[in-house]
Amino acid sequence: MVKRLRDYTLDLTIRVKPGEIMTLMGLNGSGKSTTLNIIAGLLLPDSATITLRGECLCRTDDGTDVPTEYRRIGYVLQNSSVFPHMTVRDNVAFGLRTRHLQRSVITERVALWMDRMHISDLADVRAKNLSGGQKQRVALARALAIEPGLLMLDEPFAALDTESTQTVKDLTRRFVKDMQIPCILVTHRLSDSTEIGDRACVICQGRKEWEGIPGRMPELCTVCHCK
Amino acid sequence: MIPQRFLPKNHRRILTYLVAGVLIAAVTLYLALPIVALFLRMTPDLFFATLHDPNVASALWLSLFTTVISLSVVILVGTPFAYFHSKYSYPGKVVVDTLIDLPLVLPPAVAGVALLVLYGRIGILGRYFNMLGISIAFTTLAVIMAQIFVASPFYLRQAKSLFEQLDPAYEQTARTLGASSMRTLVQVTIPMTATGLVSGAVMTFGRALGEFGATIMFAGNLPGVTQTMPLAVYVGMEGSNINAGLTISILLVIISFGIMIAVRLIQKREADRA
Repeated sequence: MVKRLRDYTLDLTIRVKPGEIMTLMGLNGSGKSTTLNIIAGLLLPDSATITLRGECLCRTDDGTDVPTEYRRIGYVLQNSSVFPHMTVRDNVAFGLRTRHLQRSVITERVALWMDRMHISDLADVRAKNLSGGQKQRVALARALAIEPGLLMLDEPFAALDTESTQTVKDLTRRFVKDMQIPCILVTHRLSDSTEIGDRACVICQGRKEWEGIPGRMPELCTVCHCK
Repeated sequence: MIPQRFLPKNHRRILTYLVAGVLIAAVTLYLALPIVALFLRMTPDLFFATLHDPNVASALWLSLFTTVISLSVVILVGTPFAYFHSKYSYPGKVVVDTLIDLPLVLPPAVAGVALLVLYGRIGILGRYFNMLGISIAFTTLAVIMAQIFVASPFYLRQAKSLFEQLDPAYEQTARTLGASSMRTLVQVTIPMTATGLVSGAVMTFGRALGEFGATIMFAGNLPGVTQTMPLAVYVGMEGSNINAGLTISILLVIISFGIMIAVRLIQKREADRA
């Protein structure tokens, strides 16, 4: 994908396999979130080819551009963006209701995901009353409940305490592996990458600086100062 | 007056309290006394008896009818307008911003004249409507149009500012979850800004209900057709029916109080939620 930004041009090629967690690392403003927004269809690229499980989501050459709502991508943003006016149950059900599934299917799937994320006891609590860790688990349940073709997490642990971070990391890794979903995790912390990432990609000023096994990154990381 | 620095500390504090007390009392009395005087001038029996006066009843219902219609139009058209206006950049956006605010500073009578020049029987557009047999000026429709023109900025400004301040991440998340733009607006954006929108709507209702200048210029003062409550007050006080004028004035004060209390409660609820 290519996207001309104010200070540089984002020019990136990334590939993520099913069940693989790829950590996208780099300094603030290096183009990580922009990359996710382009994949999600929230930003228009200057030029790009985005394919998900063989289905073309965006190809600027022939004008293909699947709207965001049809891309079936689970996207968890940094501040989790759970809808504060809705209950936990309604938050998890949101993506299922938009797909007009049968009510019984929605109820069943919502209960399943609330159970998996250990938030069943919070089902009727308004999201605005949740802690940061709980919000992040709701956001994850909501993103996974739609059975996405790709899971994208933008700094999901940034505002969490150590315990919540570990819980969310464990849950993310477990369900990405179980469901064999490709996952892109944006983080600027090396520890996140080494703990749950299968592969890391370091970007700087919109360009890929390094790609490989997270544990082998240190020397290169000093180049980008992304520790 | 002895400079404060030469007074003992206790005296200084007393003097400060005294000055503050006098200022607060003066401002409060200045604002409250006319309202109190209005209530003192009427007995409850006379008030309820005058409410049945056909002119009073007609002005009351016409005001409520036109204000409800005006508010509905402002909400139904203003909400999507404010949404698009806040989300997108387009040429002349600054001009539109200024036009939204203009009725707030424009004398209402001028607004009425402007509407008359445009939609009047020989107005720029009005003459064509007239040729089609459609008459706008001096009808109930003119009352509604005048109210919308004068009161809509209260809602539009509020809605615009709320939509601008809302974190786009919520809407973006809704879109990735499969929600269309309309569903996102209805289920995410509006509920998340509802308290502020209601507050803006209440202020709009109050302003429309009290509209006088633009209405009398553009819609005239025809009992049962265009004579709203403020106009009926004017007619009552100018003519022989002072009791009707006073009764409607008291009604408007009560409604205004109700509006202010509603806004306060909404703001308090918003603060508690935050």
